Amino acid sequence: MVINHGQDLISLRHKHQGLRALRETGSHKADHIELLVGMATCGIAAGAKDVYDALEEALAKEHLTTVKLVRVGCVGSCYCEPTVQVNIPGYAPMYYGYVDKTLAKAIVTEHLLKGKVLQEHEVSMSFNRSDPPGAKKRQFRIALRNCGNIDPENIEEYIAFDGYEALRMALTTYTPLEVIQLLKDSGLRGRGGGGYPTGHKWQATYEKKDAMKYMICNADEGDPGAYMDRSLLEGDPHSVLEGMLLGGYATGASQGIIYIRAEYPLAIEKLTHAIAQAKEYGLLGEQILGSNFSFSIEIRLGAGAFVCGEETALIHSVEGKRGEPTKKPPYPSEKGYLKKPTTVNNVETLANVPAIIRQGAQWFSSIGTSQSKGTKVFALVGKIKHVGLVEVPMGTTLREMIYDIGGGIHEDKAFKAVQTGGPSGGVLSKEHLDTPIEYESLKDLGTMMGSGGMIVMDEDNCMVDIAKFYLQFTMDESCGKCTPCRIGTKRLYELLDRITKGTGNPHTLEQLAFLGTNIKNSALCGLGQTAPNPVLSTMHYFKEEYRMHVEEKKCPTGVCKELFKYSVLPDACVGCTACRRVCPVGCISGHPKMVHFIDLNLCISCGACYDVCKFHAIKKA
Amino acid sequence: MVHTINLTDPSTFPEEKLLALDAYIDSIEDKEQMLIHILHRAQHIFGYLPPELQLHIARTTKIPASKVYGVVSFYSYFTQEKRGRHTVNICMGTACFVKGADQVKQALKQELKISMDETTEDGHFTLKEIRCIGACGLAPAVMVDDKVYGHMNESNARTVLHLYKEAKNGD
Repeated sequence: MVINHGQDLISLRHKHQGLRALRETGSHKADHIELLVGMATCGIAAGAKDVYDALEEALAKEHLTTVKLVRVGCVGSCYCEPTVQVNIPGYAPMYYGYVDKTLAKAIVTEHLLKGKVLQEHEVSMSFNRSDPPGAKKRQFRIALRNCGNIDPENIEEYIAFDGYEALRMALTTYTPLEVIQLLKDSGLRGRGGGGYPTGHKWQATYEKKDAMKYMICNADEGDPGAYMDRSLLEGDPHSVLEGMLLGGYATGASQGIIYIRAEYPLAIEKLTHAIAQAKEYGLLGEQILGSNFSFSIEIRLGAGAFVCGEETALIHSVEGKRGEPTKKPPYPSEKGYLKKPTTVNNVETLANVPAIIRQGAQWFSSIGTSQSKGTKVFALVGKIKHVGLVEVPMGTTLREMIYDIGGGIHEDKAFKAVQTGGPSGGVLSKEHLDTPIEYESLKDLGTMMGSGGMIVMDEDNCMVDIAKFYLQFTMDESCGKCTPCRIGTKRLYELLDRITKGTGNPHTLEQLAFLGTNIKNSALCGLGQTAPNPVLSTMHYFKEEYRMHVEEKKCPTGVCKELFKYSVLPDACVGCTACRRVCPVGCISGHPKMVHFIDLNLCISCGACYDVCKFHAIKKA
Repeated sequence: MVHTINLTDPSTFPEEKLLALDAYIDSIEDKEQMLIHILHRAQHIFGYLPPELQLHIARTTKIPASKVYGVVSFYSYFTQEKRGRHTVNICMGTACFVKGADQVKQALKQELKISMDETTEDGHFTLKEIRCIGACGLAPAVMVDDKVYGHMNESNARTVLHLYKEAKNGD
């Protein structure tokens, strides 16, 4: 089917209003029941494929031919995967979590056949999909609006939910400059890290008079601990394509490129499918919707380099080269891909664009805070009960996110810190629980918004160890082009390593601070300039913990194993020889049924004896 | 590491694999820009990118071998070492790290009796760290070949290995 005209798009949308009503409210209009199974990467890893097969089998067995099984993306509640949503005409949609084969069968035989709702398996959602009883509406979904609610492989479902309507509006009623103005008025800022105003970025490319311009979508989600882009591309790829089309129209680009990590095979598959389908429907290609605007999109694969999140490095990688950054200016809007004006936008930013065009700048700018408009998707992960993707208005506090939406800390332990901005960011501690989260407030606290990874840490996490983890990451990912980053990050890592191994001293802390500040000021690109942030930030907020490591040679959380001294408690030791056999350096001596002894001169503090002893006869201090 | 490179003879590779790669390279118009895609395809076909193969790619695409090597060595996804039949990837994303990926790593090293980036003697398993695979909801995660296993700990990580060990006798 080819949509040649805006009117055809509207008719197609109207045709599917039954489906939309069923998904949104459970209205009577639809003539069939639907089961939506969340089948993004994480869903599949949790067993969604088995659940899907079990549902299919049960439906066939009961001859329920009118029940439609739909594969959807991730709804964001990763903690209770696999998930199944039941949509029965006339009833509000129901949402089941922790579904296994047995529960899948029960959903068919009990819920569908007997109308018996399996309440104990119901999961209430904290955002408005179906208004389950008692759910707090903390979330507000713009970018993730369709994730987990539509079949990403069916373009008509996207169209049913106002898909490509923004494109139609732009092509029929707005000039490119009006689209840019709309974005400027909306206050949308880049969601990938820096927070640069999207409208201004587009304007810069628009102003260049070159015949050939490019629109690049940065889907090289490299921040360890953030996966909103993957989820968006797997669950709602068309929203990103539509955002790119709008960017192409506004900036005057006719060629779009999606640069995506090779580590995301499922997202690549969904995208490839979506691009083919959009072409088939005439929404990509020549003279789209009967206008003079032509646009095509192709996929380029990354190959694992964090620095490629930096736009100049990314462009080099797209050109098939080593992904090394170059200095700016010239900015990509002047000389980007193949030296032509290029706009680089992040996945989440682009997914926001169609909603803004459709619902207006004022609607968008009414959400959020004075400087940060709209919503932000966060990957709420780590030591939290309800791990998952959340989308909240800018200005939501950490407390609301962690305790109201996230359900609190895993095993009810004490909250210690949260890392935002990944390896380029820093930590927020207990005292910041009530700080509204927005671009500026985070920057003031020495961290940054980043792509939205929010790693929650509890009392058991050692902050020096965490800083060391991030430095290991940036050290490995440094491209090697500039000295401050190539050598500086390695030296920073070594200093931290010394601290965790008990050979640090108070002077080491001074060196850390001095070197960190120097790297910040002298590195070439964003990767190096932000690499010391995790160290500087943890040193600032967890001074005492660092001090204990270097002065008392103690790790209060017990993570830094080498700071511990092990000894045998003579009264508890029964002489079972287990510790002697497990010791990798042979520093434990003793005969069977006699008290054993650890030679501290040889001991490497690996803790193997402590772990193996069944009689609690090894003392760790 | 010293590689002995046979500079003239790429025939040490199975012919049908070389043909498949050449056909792919042939189908691409702008070979220089698509070098990363070509390398992905080559690694998919051969399992790894030894220097001889890089040289073959350089000659077929007319891209300098130094540039091909520069790209291969830059990106972590490309490997120049032959891998075992199954690659066990331990996710080293932050979410996995704070939830104990390190313990899982130690357990797997012990179980396979190899260090990171090594292959077991029987060529069955290669142990690798992998950059965040975005399955943070299932942290800590381990990916064996293309399959992701979530909520790993020291004991169930060993169980996962056994699944593949048994397959060894079966396949």
